[in-house]
Amino acid sequence: MPKIQAIKKILVLGSGPIVIGQGAEFDYSGTQALHSLKEEGIEIVLVNSNPATIMTDQESADHVYIEPLTIEFIERIIALEKPDALLPNLGGQTALNLAIDLFEAGILKQYGVTLLGCTPETIKQAEDRDLFRKLMQELSEPVAEGLIITRLEEALAFATRVSYPVIVRPSYTLGGSGGGIASNHDELVDIVNLGLETSPIHQCLVETSISGHKEIEYEVIRDSRDNCIIICNMENIDPVGVHTGDSIVIAPSQTLTDRDHQMLRTSALKIIRALKIEGGCNIQFALDPVSNRYNVIEVNPRISRSSALASKATGFPIAKITAKLALGLTLDEIKNPITQTTYAGFEPALDYVVIKIPRFPFDKFPNISNKLSTQMKATGEVMALGRNFESALQKAIRSLEMHLHDLEHPDLPLLHDDELFEKLKSQDHERLWVIAEMIRRQIPLNDIHAICKVDFFFLKKFQKIISFELFAKKNGFSLNDLKNAKKIGFSDQSLSKWWKMDSLEILKIRIQENILPVYKMVDTCAAEFKSETPYYYSTYGNEDELLPSSRKKVMVLGSGPIRIGQGIEFDYSTVHSVSTIRQEGYEAIVINNNPSTVSTDFNICDRLYFEPLTVEDIYHIYLKEKPEGIIVTVGGQTALNLALSLEKLGIKLLGTPASSIVCSENRQYFEAFLKGLHLSRPEGRLVTRKEEIFPAAEELGFPLMVRPSFVLGGRGMEIVSSERELKDYLSKSILCSIEQPLLLDRYIFGTELEVDAITDGVDVLIPGIMEHIEKAGVHSGDSISAYPPQTISKEISSEIVRMTTIICQSLGIKGLVNLQFVIADEKVYIIEVNPRSSRTVPFLSKITQTPMVKIATLLQLGKTLKELGYSSGILPLTKSVAVKMPVFSFNKLSDLDVVLGPEMKSTGEVMGRENNYLSALEKTFLAAKVTFPVKRAVLVSIANKDNPEALLLMHKLLNQGFSFIATEGTFNFLKENKFPVMLVPKLNSQSSQIMDMIKSGEVQLIILTLTKGSVEEMELLKMIKRIALSKGVMCMTSLDTAAALLNILEQNQKKKQNLSILPLHKWD
Amino acid sequence: MQNDTYIYLENGFSTNGKSVGAEISECVVGEIVFNTSMTGYQEIFSDPSYCGQIIVMTYPLIGNYGFNLQDFESSKFTPKAVIISELCDFPSHHESLGRLDEVLKRFNIPAIADVDTRQLTRLIRDNGSMKVVLGHKQTKEKLSQLMANDLPTDQVSRESVKKAIHIAGKNEKIVVMDFGHKQHIVQALVNRGCDVHIVPYNYTLEQILVLKPQGVVLSNGPGDPGSLPQVLPVIKSLCEAIPLFGICMGHQLLALSLGAKTIKLLFGHRGANHTIKDLKTNKIFITSQNHSYAVVPESLEGTGLTISQINLNDGTVGGLRHENRPVFSIQYHPEASPGPMDSAFLFDDFLKLIENEKNA
Repeated sequence: MPKIQAIKKILVLGSGPIVIGQGAEFDYSGTQALHSLKEEGIEIVLVNSNPATIMTDQESADHVYIEPLTIEFIERIIALEKPDALLPNLGGQTALNLAIDLFEAGILKQYGVTLLGCTPETIKQAEDRDLFRKLMQELSEPVAEGLIITRLEEALAFATRVSYPVIVRPSYTLGGSGGGIASNHDELVDIVNLGLETSPIHQCLVETSISGHKEIEYEVIRDSRDNCIIICNMENIDPVGVHTGDSIVIAPSQTLTDRDHQMLRTSALKIIRALKIEGGCNIQFALDPVSNRYNVIEVNPRISRSSALASKATGFPIAKITAKLALGLTLDEIKNPITQTTYAGFEPALDYVVIKIPRFPFDKFPNISNKLSTQMKATGEVMALGRNFESALQKAIRSLEMHLHDLEHPDLPLLHDDELFEKLKSQDHERLWVIAEMIRRQIPLNDIHAICKVDFFFLKKFQKIISFELFAKKNGFSLNDLKNAKKIGFSDQSLSKWWKMDSLEILKIRIQENILPVYKMVDTCAAEFKSETPYYYSTYGNEDELLPSSRKKVMVLGSGPIRIGQGIEFDYSTVHSVSTIRQEGYEAIVINNNPSTVSTDFNICDRLYFEPLTVEDIYHIYLKEKPEGIIVTVGGQTALNLALSLEKLGIKLLGTPASSIVCSENRQYFEAFLKGLHLSRPEGRLVTRKEEIFPAAEELGFPLMVRPSFVLGGRGMEIVSSERELKDYLSKSILCSIEQPLLLDRYIFGTELEVDAITDGVDVLIPGIMEHIEKAGVHSGDSISAYPPQTISKEISSEIVRMTTIICQSLGIKGLVNLQFVIADEKVYIIEVNPRSSRTVPFLSKITQTPMVKIATLLQLGKTLKELGYSSGILPLTKSVAVKMPVFSFNKLSDLDVVLGPEMKSTGEVMGRENNYLSALEKTFLAAKVTFPVKRAVLVSIANKDNPEALLLMHKLLNQGFSFIATEGTFNFLKENKFPVMLVPKLNSQSSQIMDMIKSGEVQLIILTLTKGSVEEMELLKMIKRIALSKGVMCMTSLDTAAALLNILEQNQKKKQNLSILPLHKWD
Repeated sequence: MQNDTYIYLENGFSTNGKSVGAEISECVVGEIVFNTSMTGYQEIFSDPSYCGQIIVMTYPLIGNYGFNLQDFESSKFTPKAVIISELCDFPSHHESLGRLDEVLKRFNIPAIADVDTRQLTRLIRDNGSMKVVLGHKQTKEKLSQLMANDLPTDQVSRESVKKAIHIAGKNEKIVVMDFGHKQHIVQALVNRGCDVHIVPYNYTLEQILVLKPQGVVLSNGPGDPGSLPQVLPVIKSLCEAIPLFGICMGHQLLALSLGAKTIKLLFGHRGANHTIKDLKTNKIFITSQNHSYAVVPESLEGTGLTISQINLNDGTVGGLRHENRPVFSIQYHPEASPGPMDSAFLFDDFLKLIENEKNA
């Protein structure tokens, strides 16, 4: 079929900031689809508010708008750009919901915009639980018995009838938000209340629980001629009941007969045909493990996390193909981009096993519930490929970067059997290792299965791994065992533990004996056709398919799984580094293990190795490829942490040498270094012994910032203002129990500034300085950040440039570096130096229109700044002002305290650009989906120490016509200062009145800085925060954020600002 | 267990693995082919079309769900031997009756595991299906002698039923000419209420006509369709008299009977992901395939047959339709088992053809 001729210009919506349930996968899919549309000669308009994406690069589309993903902004962009069509299925739930809104508001019709890939009816049929069930009944496809409810009573009546447990699924939410499994009346009340609050249409599905059944997913695509194929099926090792995003998933299915598989495949095709999707969709089934019965769980009528995983698992680029299908091309016309000789209309055949393991944020948030359920909690994931289950699993475990190398978990041997049973019952993120520990203790598999319902096939596989482990521990090293161990995926690290050998010694023996992996190609067709795909994985087999070229090569390490503190920004840098390496005529080799990223798209590099980022796995590839050098500075802390070990093995680091990296990361070296340069940093101590802690604290004086050394994203970091608080910290911090030195720093209360610089060792280019709106104490990743700085003097700015320059030159950095400063009393202190790319690089690159990673990579390849036409110093300010704002996933991690602190909590970010600061700030608030309060009532709860500072803010609020509701302390404080104020009663029957005010929307703003107080007080605040979160009421936990918001309100009261829309190429 | 079983290919390549099926006393000689299905090993191993062949499974984990009673395509396992990467020694499925190696041993099928099956697949892909000898280290000495012998061509006579079988039904009377049929072809007809006679491949025209069939299905079967010249006149006559449906080898025999030619493909098509494009509707669907030979398109002139479907990827003939007789045939397997059920509608098409013929 010819392409739809009338369509020449398409609007594509991105998915906005990264939140749990909507991650980096949409940048991968989106970028791929944009490229695919471009190939067809389409003019593309892209809107996405997330600057840390490749899709928002100028090269990705003809008109790139980094603007809020709201119906108002999209309408204006539609009016300006006049696209012929809208492609809504690449930007996750966000884009899909927006498309529905645009349709329902009549905007698509008004501007003559065609919806591609699906119809509004399709989206509704798939998303609306009631319509979906009706459709399934029409198709005679089984669904679990359930009831659509809009009131709690209905849910209770249903549960009584069908008996507990029941599953609650709110309509139109992302990643299972607000849902869960209720095993009794009280749980159901809680979950339904939350679910109804979370659902935008106040609707939930309550259904009989089929938890324990096998959860099987199908990735299906369909073209305009009704041709349908499945790309792959995936089996969740965790049975139904754990969100698939939180499940360990294997592809293809392992425990299904062909009949089982074809039954579900046939059903999947029937469903996509009925929904008339032209593109891809994901269909989830629950299969009864003891019969041939199944139920359809749900359908995602769009590109999803699972489709990104399926693309990487099979090599079949789903987004690329579906973008073409949306244009009317058919599967028999499109070439299979992997083989180049066959067509897209076929079903991939795998000749390997793929395992995905999710990455959870519980290591950073040890105090929140790590129980897994139908609501997703993982921030990212890793994928591994192997020719057998055991090796794929162990590769995936290594890739997680949880300090685990295998099925041994250091904490679990300490637990009693019954504690293990309890832990297994609670179905937490460590269940894989719990099962392993139980197997190690010879607890019968039947007993384990009875609780976890994991199929015996997998349990036996775990058992096989454990038996080797036990055997190795008992028998010690032998060459034959070493060979066998490598075949089933044990790392040298694991073996070195059990054989009491140095892992490098094992490596040496292996090199001598030639026990090294070979590399196999991912080719979609199990070798049936010749392909040229540069996509490889390792295995201990016979034949190595790898034919290294004679070209000069550079290896780039990616950043592994997305986690809090190390997000998509590092993938952005990786991709830019890789494309620069290629432009310079080198072969670019990528090693990474995250299936959701652009960097693991084999199209962006010359060679992709889907492997764990460990010294061993990297060194194997190095031995094969013999690159000129390796870049460890774009893959976040993951890559940087490997620098020293890799250099020791003789691998050349391009750019900054390991010695400089160590100097910047090691406190003692760094302090000595700064001292030598006469630069100030907040005074601090590295304490290695417990008894040194309190004397050191006394010497430095409170308040203090305490944290374990060598951590990322402020993990385990806290500000303590007294000896008692320090004692509390030491007793509760899990990280302190690990033998790690502790860092004590004087906490300087001041303005934080951040710089990303690029240096060749001689000249130091500073594209810009960013100022954090929140004062030091809020993690830089959680602060609102502005370019250029709004409050600092010329002198301070020059001092920062001077300090940056001298540090870069003296430290021997070559490439990118990120520096953080704090200013107090007009004095500049350096807080930290990160000799790598950073979270702010994409933002700063975009606003200053400086290809920062590209320049840095060129320097790492040997160019100088002068040769590239740059000189030392800070670039002139742009006319544009930009603000970057963090976005959180509190509604997924519902027990995580919303109060911001030194520990990073945000999962993503948005950017807003304008010609003045306040407008940029307002736009960014809108992009972060902050609703400005219309009703003028504010609930305040301020810590005593903040009172003086808060007073000014309160006066401003009063002038704005706000009325005050306050918790006890603040109530008294405001009373003293003659404010009209209402008291929030203690947590009792009367307090419900206040809660109702939040629920009903009378209170639309909460300012809350009180973090320490009596148990009752904290309980009350907890309740306020929970309700605020579920109702989407803005809860400001920093006075600075509140002040920023208030400035906008003030400004708008004077004169409503007109926010602009401006494509990236017109920024100046 | 030692990796002391050897695989010797005709092109000189050899590798080894461990024996996990029936013991190889001397050696086993056959034609090596590969199958890319990720599920359905039991159906594949019991498919009579594999008679004389040694199958390499490209999917590395085989035996995961054991074996069951429903998934036998014939009453035994057919291949000369199977080569796999890993045999599951702890299957898990509610229907499973036991481990795959138990069945392999019971049907005396050698199996070699712990082999780099991707390497073998790449060799077959590049060099074509070829002779293979499975044996031991010492087998190497007699290798040239073993390789010199021709492979047998009597697979159909071995796999076809010896006596006609009748499965009573109240609808259309169908004769299945059995060249080594898969159980699910018959099952598909039985499920549609047909009255089915499965007859030996060498039944005469008279023996068939006496059964008064309303339609004849030419089944799949092993080996070279060219080795069955005796059946061609029978099929030609049937073609003139009765609605006819050819599947796989049945399709090739139909073409041969009307004067077309077949050709041996380099390594054939074996798997559950092969795309067929219908030239009339322009639609594609995914099919299960297992064949070494294909009909030569140029040879169809004057046979009355036209190409109705092609294999999307290599353009080989996927289906034929007679211009003025209710006769059609397909190179793939509408009964799936294993594989997608996308083309099951063809059985209904066939029954409709019979219905039309009745009314005409």
